[in-house]
Amino acid sequence: MTAPTAPAATPAPTGPTDPATTPPAPVRARVPRRGARRAGRTLHAGPLAYAILIVAVLFSAFPFYWTIVAASRSNADLAKVPPALLPGPNLIKNFEAVLEEADIGKALLNSLIVSGSITLGTVLCCTLAGFAFAKLRFRGRGALLAITVGTMMIPPQLGVIPLFMLIAELGWVNQLQAVILPGLVSAFGVFFMRQYLTQALPDELIEAARVDGASTARIFWSIVVPIARPGMAVLGLLTFMAAWNDFFWPVVALTSSEPTVQVALRQLGGGYVHDQSVIMAGTLLGTLPVLLVFGLLGRQIVGGIMQGAVKG
Amino acid sequence: MTLTASESPAPPRPVPPPARRGSARRAWQTFSPYAYLAPFFTLFAAFGLFPLIYTAFVSLYRVELQTPGEMEWRGLGNYTALFGDEYFWTSLRNTFTIGVLSTVPQLVMALGLAHLLNYRMRGRTFLRTAVLLPYATSVAAATLVFAQLFGRDFGLVNYALGLVGIDPVDWQNGTVASQIAVSTVVIWRWTGYNALIYLAGMQSIPHELYEAAAMDGASRWRQFFHVTLPGLRPTIVFTVIVSTIGATQLFGEPLLLEGSISGGISHQYQTLGLYMYEQGWGFFHLGRAAAIAWVMLLLIVVIVGANALIARRRSRKEAGR
Repeated sequence: MTAPTAPAATPAPTGPTDPATTPPAPVRARVPRRGARRAGRTLHAGPLAYAILIVAVLFSAFPFYWTIVAASRSNADLAKVPPALLPGPNLIKNFEAVLEEADIGKALLNSLIVSGSITLGTVLCCTLAGFAFAKLRFRGRGALLAITVGTMMIPPQLGVIPLFMLIAELGWVNQLQAVILPGLVSAFGVFFMRQYLTQALPDELIEAARVDGASTARIFWSIVVPIARPGMAVLGLLTFMAAWNDFFWPVVALTSSEPTVQVALRQLGGGYVHDQSVIMAGTLLGTLPVLLVFGLLGRQIVGGIMQGAVKG
Repeated sequence: MTLTASESPAPPRPVPPPARRGSARRAWQTFSPYAYLAPFFTLFAAFGLFPLIYTAFVSLYRVELQTPGEMEWRGLGNYTALFGDEYFWTSLRNTFTIGVLSTVPQLVMALGLAHLLNYRMRGRTFLRTAVLLPYATSVAAATLVFAQLFGRDFGLVNYALGLVGIDPVDWQNGTVASQIAVSTVVIWRWTGYNALIYLAGMQSIPHELYEAAAMDGASRWRQFFHVTLPGLRPTIVFTVIVSTIGATQLFGEPLLLEGSISGGISHQYQTLGLYMYEQGWGFFHLGRAAAIAWVMLLLIVVIVGANALIARRRSRKEAGR
C-alpha cells in the first residue's frame, strides 16, 4: 500500500512543479495574492466567465436557500403544485417541533462536546508528533513516518468492525468517548503539522534555545507552539468541520438516546418523521453552527485547503 | 501494532528536566522524541492501525452483533457466502456506476471552475468561498435536502422538469435516476473543494510557460491543453485517487436518500459501504461485514495502484519524448 500511494499521494498540490519558488505560505494562513500574480496566469475575466461563475455560486447556494424556504413552511405548502419559492412564517414552529421530536438540542450539545474535544486533542497530539518528526532526530523516525503517511489514504471506515467490537468490550457503546477517542487519530494532521513546522520553524532557533539550556519540553511550549499557531488554527478548523460532519462512525457507535447532530439527522431521515418541513428545520439547525464557522473563517478554510488539505 | 510497540518503547513521562547535568540529561534528550510521539501513536495504534489489521482476522470468523466477544472460526466461509450473494454483486456494480457518475462530472466541472477562478477579477475571495460552501455541510444534511428536492410527487426538480415539458422522474425507484440523484449530492458537495485544489495547482505553474506559449502564438485553448493540463497532472492524479477512494466507501448519501439500509426496494442504489452496514448492523453479521470491508480495501489498493502506475508510465513516456 505504502509504495504505490506514496509518490502520488504527496498532498502538496500547491507546489508540485517548483516548491522552491512557491512555498505554501507557512506564516499566513491565507493565499498570498502577490504570489498568485507572479506564478500562474493573470488574464482578466470576461463577461462569460462571470456569468458561469455566478451560475456556479447559485448552484452552490440554492440548496441552502431551499432549506430555509422548506423549514419555514408547512408540509401542506410543500405539496402545492406551483411550489412555494419564498420563506414562510412557520420557522419557529418547525424548530419547536424538531427540538421535541428528534432531541436536536441534546444533539447540538453532544456535537459541540465531541467536535470540541476532538479538535483540541487532535491539534495537540498532531503538533507534538509533527514537531518531533520535523525537528528531532531519533531512531525509527523514517519507519514511523512511513506508517503514518501510508495509512493516510486508507479510509478509517474499513476498520469499523473491530473498532465496534473494541468499544463494545469496553462498554462504551452509546457513550461520547466512543466517538471522541477514535476521532483523535489524524495521520493527516501529523503530516500537515510536520510540513508546516519543517518550513516555519528555523533550526537555529531550536539550537539557540538548546545552547541556553532549555529542555525539549520548554522549547516546545515557548518556541514551537507560538510559531505553529497559524498552522494549528487551520488544522483546528478543518478538524472541527470534519468532526462535526462525521457520519458513519457516530451512526454505528451512538443511538438516538445519545445522538450527535448527524445521528439525529439520520433518525429524522429514517422515515418516522413524515413532516418534510420539520425535517428541513432539523437540517437547518444542524448545519447552522458549521455555517457560522464557515462564514467567519471561510477565507482561512479556503487557504487551508489550497495549502494541500485532504478530505477527512 | 507490534511494530509501533517495538519502535517506540514506553517513553518516560515528561518529568521536569533533572537538575543534575550529564547522563540523566542526555537520556532525556534521547527519549524525549518518543514522549512527543506517544500520545498520537498510542491512539493511532489502538484506534487506527489495530482495527484496520484486525478486520482481516475478524473476516475469517463468525461474529454476531449481539455477542461481539464470541468468535467462531469460519475460514473463508464469509467470503464464499459473500460471493454467492447477488446483492453483493449488485452493490459492487452500483458502487462502480455511482463512482463514475459522481467522480467524472465532478472533476471535469472542478477543472473548468478552477480555470475561471484563476482569472483576475472582482470579488475573487468571495467567489472562492462561495464555491466551497457546500463542503461545509454534512452528508446527512445535504442528502436530506436533495432527497426533498428530488421528491417524486412534490419535488422541485420534477416541477422544474415539468416546466420544460419533461414527465416526472421517479428519482427513488428508477435505477439510473436514483443513482443520478445520489451522484448529484456527491457532485454538489465536492466540486468546489476540488476546484480549489486545482486552482492551487494552477497558481504554481510558472508564468514563463504561458508567456512562451503565447509568444509561439498558442491560443487560450491550446495554452490550457498544452500548459495548464500537463502542469496539473500530479494534482489531477491526486484528486482522482482521493475521489475514487471516497466513491468506494460511499455510505451516507445512499442511506439517506430514502432512509433505507438496503438502498432502495430492489437495492438499485445500494453501495458497498451501505451493504456492509446492512450486513453488520441490519443483519448482525459482523464477520461478514468485515469480509466486505476487506474487499473494499483490496479494491482501493488496486485502484490506487493502477492510478499510480498509469501516472508513472505516462510521465516516463513524456520524459522519453
